[in-house]
Order: sequence, then structure tokens, then C-alpha cells
Amino acid sequence: MTESVESLVNRDYKWGFVTDIEADQIPAGLDEDVVRLISAKKGEPPFLLEWRLKAYRGWLKMTEPHWANIKYSPIDYQGMVYYAAPRTKAPLGSLDDVDPKIRETYDKLGIPLTEQKILSGVAVDAVFDSVSVGTTYRRQLGEMGIIFCSFSEAVREYPDLIQRYLGSVVPASDNFFAALNSAVFSDGSFVYVPKGVRCPMDLSTYFRINAQNTGQFERTLIVADEGSYVSYLEGCTAPKRDENQLHAAVVELVAMAGATIKYSTVQNWYAGDEDGKGGIYNFVTKRGKCAGAGAKISWTQVETGSAITWKYPSVILQGDNSIGEFYSVAVTNACQQADTGTKMIHIGRNTKSTVVSKGISAGRGQNSYRGQVKVMPRADGARNYTQCDSMLIGNRCGAHTFPYIDVQNRTAAVEHEASTSKIGEDQIFYLKQRGLNTENAISMIVNGFCKEVFRELPMEFAVEAQKLLGISLEGSVG
Amino acid sequence: MIEHYLREYEVAAADGGATAPGWFRSLQADAIELFRASGFPGPKDEEWRFTPIAPLVRATFRPAGSATPVGLTDLEPFLFGRLDWPRLVLVDGRFSPELSQLPSIAGLAIANLASVVKSGDGDLASDLAEASGRTVTPFASLNAALGMDGTVLRLASDSVMEEPVHLVHVTTPGSDGTVTHPRLLVVIGERARAQVIESYVGLGSEGCYWTNVVCDVRLSRGAWVEHTRIQRESESAYHTGVTEIRQEADSHYRSFSFAIGGAIARHDLRSRLGGSGAEALLYGLYFGRGDQLVDNHTTIFHDQPDCRSWEVYKGILTDRAHGVFNGKIIVQPIAQKTDAKQTNRALLLSDTAKIDTKPQLEIFADDVKCTHGATVGNLDPLARFYLTSRGIPDRVAGELLTYAFAAEVLNEISAEPVRTVLDRLIHGRLASDRLEAHDAR
Repeated sequence: MTESVESLVNRDYKWGFVTDIEADQIPAGLDEDVVRLISAKKGEPPFLLEWRLKAYRGWLKMTEPHWANIKYSPIDYQGMVYYAAPRTKAPLGSLDDVDPKIRETYDKLGIPLTEQKILSGVAVDAVFDSVSVGTTYRRQLGEMGIIFCSFSEAVREYPDLIQRYLGSVVPASDNFFAALNSAVFSDGSFVYVPKGVRCPMDLSTYFRINAQNTGQFERTLIVADEGSYVSYLEGCTAPKRDENQLHAAVVELVAMAGATIKYSTVQNWYAGDEDGKGGIYNFVTKRGKCAGAGAKISWTQVETGSAITWKYPSVILQGDNSIGEFYSVAVTNACQQADTGTKMIHIGRNTKSTVVSKGISAGRGQNSYRGQVKVMPRADGARNYTQCDSMLIGNRCGAHTFPYIDVQNRTAAVEHEASTSKIGEDQIFYLKQRGLNTENAISMIVNGFCKEVFRELPMEFAVEAQKLLGISLEGSVG
Repeated sequence: MIEHYLREYEVAAADGGATAPGWFRSLQADAIELFRASGFPGPKDEEWRFTPIAPLVRATFRPAGSATPVGLTDLEPFLFGRLDWPRLVLVDGRFSPELSQLPSIAGLAIANLASVVKSGDGDLASDLAEASGRTVTPFASLNAALGMDGTVLRLASDSVMEEPVHLVHVTTPGSDGTVTHPRLLVVIGERARAQVIESYVGLGSEGCYWTNVVCDVRLSRGAWVEHTRIQRESESAYHTGVTEIRQEADSHYRSFSFAIGGAIARHDLRSRLGGSGAEALLYGLYFGRGDQLVDNHTTIFHDQPDCRSWEVYKGILTDRAHGVFNGKIIVQPIAQKTDAKQTNRALLLSDTAKIDTKPQLEIFADDVKCTHGATVGNLDPLARFYLTSRGIPDRVAGELLTYAFAAEVLNEISAEPVRTVLDRLIHGRLASDRLEAHDAR
């Protein structure tokens, strides 16, 4: 078994190729001029530049947070390039205009960018190093009044919406990484679903970090107006590189009365090698606001990549009867570290939240669940159910839980359950006895362990997530 | 106001320094340096984030002066009707030979700390030195620096105590503005069995004083200890306490921590399972009303394989009371086959009561079984409806259910007289809460 374990641990990162295209980069380092330059390059209106500068000035006064249960070498913020865009920037009339090399990259990733190849009903807004290169299915969505475009395009086309909602859920001063993102964010996705419209397909964005030494600071803003519905998928992959790359994204969701936003993420960034060299530092701020009565926001995440994951998709349950959900699978293998969880802030009456977190630690991985459930004094009848389970594979890994429960209302009911246990040896034995090899047995057990979360993913994503989980865990048993 | 206590230390060192032996003075000097360096904890300290102790930190407490005379009759209501049990009484932080009753029991050596320090007990120096190295909160450092008296209890190997020993800490009326720093050391020999009851009592109902305790309990291989801690300070008083337990292989420790008093009451319980086969059962029950702040922090260190811990803490909060619970379980890489279970539940009975609870698991070993569960809520409306449908008035139904919630932990006290008295105390408390609520209406 050990032999196969090693071969699997040493398996190459399948997506570790570098696309050699000329990138339009600015020199490394960050100051006000860089912020201005980014804004100018993107032709942004004055309000956005002001907003960026304010965020930058705020960021200067902040210090990098170190409360999370993760260890990493210091990040050199002045050694990074804050803007990199593919140079070929002719207006893109159709998908054929997309740089063939970029297309090739996506093909290797298996992203079906060409419309014929697209999995039925998935519109893709592909982000390639900060600038959005192609958007599919736009016309069809446009007819329904749904806006789905790159962030920079939205800034040009719909400045009112951007001005109104940008920073309304994650203010620029929210935290160190959000402030940095607010100052230098390059691109991202914007979605607006008008009143009463049910988005007919899952919207999808693939992120990919390509150029060396570039931080990726994308920003996603999704606004679902009253009574609308949208499901959004996000997938990420980065090439293999030795230096750690910083990824500090911000995602803001606004759900008006009766609206539902479902946000699914499969994160498969390069995790570094088995000695912890290289890999992505993923410091992400994701937050949704149920602004009106009966709104619902559901986060589902499968985190298998990144050297460091620092991510707490949260929901502010402001409207009465609103619902927040968080389903998470986080896998840490080799030297990966994850500190992830959620915050559910109950403000409105009869608000409900469900948290299901599955942490899997293998190799020397350290996996922490950090969550907060806060019930404010006026949140009569608030309900929360939290379940966080950890599975340990091997004896050099660790699993930790840090749940904070703050309740200020007597009619609230908050339940929290957590368990940590070893992968069942008798289960492995049983499956082997039925003819499965160890890797497949583990994969099957782990998939069963995560079933509750996978169930929440759209089908194509669930299939991909299961495969990823298998790949990231295979051979982790000693 | 750390300067105040640094000055207190200077004064005490100049005063009593002459009588205390050198090793004791050097322990105190080390401790005050620790305190000088740390200062009082603030809201930025993770361990004190939800515990606003500003009123305690702002005030300047002076050492308790000469005690107001206390008679056995004053004490009797707090002795569980068992005046025959061995007991050691500290009044305002000082040993009271008149109120204490220390019969000679085979294998048991019990005396007040000050006398042991003076007479020179062979192991005391090393025991205290070791303990002060492990103390964790700034309050524990302050205790070690300024503490004058306390209890030293040793039970020889294979000795069995039939009756519990009661360690009583009384603060007299008129002790406003004073602080005591009792220091307890309990050392139980191999295979010995002991029951220890630790009581904190405020005789005046309104006294605004401060009790700052440190208690060390050591269990040698195969020892068995039942430790009941009852905190009944005045509701205007401050209480800070650290209990450190160290267990060797195959020992069994069972703790019951009861807290009903104090404007601010904080108890840190740290249990270290340092030998395989050791077992710790921790039960807790706390009440908060008015503006009380009740805080329980527990940490269980699974340092060795094959240990078991079981923890149940429950709280009942009403009015504007604020409860805090933090339960940590830390499983070291070598502690395979650990079995740890933690439950904490809180009942909020008013609109303005609040609870911050944080169960925390930190696990570095794989072959373990660890779970925790936390619930916060009100009484089950279905159960309440059932009782009212049987003709029980709603208020009484609420009281019954609240009592049942508490009784589940209370029943874990094995000393029957203690259980009975606390049971009555809880009934009284619930009834008075009900009457107050009734009056308010």
C-alpha cells in the first residue's frame, strides 16, 4: 500500500502548465500611482477611482491578520504585480476571436468555452488573469433582462448598479485582504437578475491564475432582485509554480426580498508540492446579505486546492424569514492548511441557518473549521443548526474546530454538533474484501462522508468535485 | 491598575518578607514579574474576548484586614448539615483554627498553607514551584505573588477517605474593597481515594469583594478523586479562579463545578491527562440573573493515549445575565484512542440574557473519537404545552422544566448531603426568580 501511496502523492499536478502568451503587465509594487494606473487602464469612472484610493489608504493603516490557525511565510506585497492582462485586446466579436493559446489552455482544463462544447445550459464567463475574455450565452440571458458580464464591462455599462451595490456587503474597510482587493481588483464577474426572473441556467466562471508573480484580485458582485433566482458556479485552477501566489478575492451577494442566490465553488488551485513548496495563498472574503424578507443565500464549497485557504463565506440574515446555508467540504493533504467556515448573523425575525462542514485531513494537512453563529437581540425565533465533522487520515495531520456561538435572544434555538474521527478501518477492510483497492475504497468512503454537501452542488459540478476529491486524497493513507 | 498590585506586592514583601523562607519569596518575585509583564487581560485576548472584566480591573482592592468574628452558627448553613465532616476554614483569606475541624485520618495530611510554608514541608517548595510554572492567567500570577494562605492536602498512597473534606472560604460582611488570594494544593497518592469539596461563601449578601483562587490537584497513578466546587459568593462580588488538574495513568477525576454568585465570576478549569488510561469527568452548572457575568473556561489536554474525557456544562440565564462558555479539547499526536465528548447547553429565560459559547476541538491524532455539541435555546414549547395541558400552571411548568434541565447535571454529585442542599438551593432560586418576574408584572 505504501508504494502506491507514494506514487499517488507524487502524482503531478495535472493542470500545472504555463501558457506562454505575452501579458500586459505593470511593474511590481503597490502605491497610489499603481491604483490610479489600474483604474486608468480600465477606463473607470471617477467614483470608482476614489473608492479604490480610499480602500488603499485604509489598507495602509491595517495589519495583516494572524488569528487564523495557519502558518505561512510572509507575503511581500511590494514584490507582486498588481495587473496583468493578455496583450491581444481586440474587441471580441465572437468566440473565434479569442487567442488560440488561451483557448488551448482552457481546452486542457476541459472548460467547454466553445458554445457547441458547453455542457448543456452552462454559460461561462472565463477570467484569464484578471481580464474577462469571453462570455457565452449572453444574448439569451440579455433577453430576460439578466446581466451577466465581466466586472469591468459592468463598470462601463451599468455604473449606477455598481455604485449602488459595490461594497454594500463587504465594505472596503472590512478586513486587510478585502481592503487590498478593493484597491487593486482587476476584474471579475457581475450578475444582475431582475425582479421575478428565474435565471434559466447555471452561470459559471472559471478563474485561472497564469502569469508568474501576479496576484489575482477578482471581485464578484451578484444582485438578485425581488423574487428572482440565480445559481452561480465558480471553479478555479492555477498552473504549478514554485513561488506562492496570492489570491485575495471578494465576493458580494445581495438577495432582495424573496430572492434566492445559490453560489457553488470548486476550488482546485495548486496546493504546493508534498514538502509545502509553492502553492496558492487563498485569502478570500465572501459574504452575502439577505436584504429583504424571505431571501435565501446558499453557499456550497469544495476546497481541495491551495496551500493556504482562509475563507469564511457568510450570510447576513437581515430580512425576516430569510435563510442562510453553508455546505462545505475542505480537504487538506500534504502540507496544505485550511482555516475555513462561515458566519451566520441573524438580525431579522424567524431567520434560519444551516451549516454543514466536512473537513478531511490527510498527510500533514491541518484543517480548521472556524464559524460564528450570532443571534442579535431582535432575531426572534432564529434557528441554527450546525454540524461539523472531521475525518483524519494518517497520524500526522490535524483537525480543529473553533465555533463561536453568541446568542442574545431567548427565543432562538441554536444547535451545534461536531465530531472528529478516523477513517473507518473496518469500512476499508469491507470494501477491499469486495474487490476494491485501497484508493477506491477510501475515495468511496470519503465521498459518502461528503454526500450531504455534494448533494447541494449542481450535477456537473458534483461529478467534478467527486473526481477532484478522489485525486487529492488518493494515496493519503498510511 | 496593575501598579496598585505591584505596590501591594512591594509592601507585602517588605512586611512579611522577613518571616517567609527564601524559596517562597523567590516564587512570589517570579510571579509578580509575570504579572507585571502580562498586566490584566483585555478584550483583545482571545481567552477574555467575551468576558468584560473592566469593573474588576478598574477597582483597586486592598488585602483583607483582620477578620470580623465569625461563629460556627454563621457557617452552619453552608456545611450541608454535616458538621462532622473534616473541614478547613479560611475566613477572609486567613486560616481559622476555631472553625476548622481537622481530625486525624490515616494517610491524610491537611494544614493551612501559611503554616506549611513556615514549618517547611519537604515537597511543598517543588510542588508550588512546578505549579506556578504552569499557571496560565494573569490572575493566577497575581495569586502566586500576593497569596498568603490556603490549603495543602496530601493523601498517602492506598489511603481511602470515607468522608469528604470540606475546604471553606468565607468572606465576612464588611469586607468591601478587599481581595483574598487563596491557594490550594491537593496531592493524592497512588490508588488513594478522596472526596474534596471546595466552597466559596459570601456572608454578606451585598459585599463587593474579590476572591482570586488557584487550586492545583494532582492524581498519582490509579488515584480516584471527586472534586466539588461550589461558588456562592455575594452577587456583587468578583470571583476569579483557576483549577489545574494533573492526572497520571489510570487515575479517575470527577469534578462538579457549581456557580451561582458573583457579579463577575470566571473559572478556568484545566485538566491534563498525562498517563494512559486516565479519565476525567467534568460537570458544570451555573446560574446568572441580574447583571451577573458567569464565565467557565475548560481545557482538557489529552497528552497520552487511551484516555477518556467526558464533559457536560449547563447554564441557566435570566434578566440581563451574560454567560460565557469555552470548552477546549486538545489531543496531542501521540494520544491515540482518545475518547472525548463534550456537551454544553444554555437556557436563556429572558429577552436580555445572552450567552457566548465556544466549544473547541484541536486534534492532532487520527485514531480518536471526539465530539462536541452545543445548544442554546429556551424551554421546549412542546413539553411546556404538555404540562399545561395536564393542568399545571404555565409558570410552574416553566419552573419544572428548568429544574429538570439543571437536575440532569446535579444528579452527578455523589455526596448525597451536598446534592440535597444544592437541589433545595436551585428550587429556591427558581421560585424567587418566578416571584420577581411575577412582581414585575
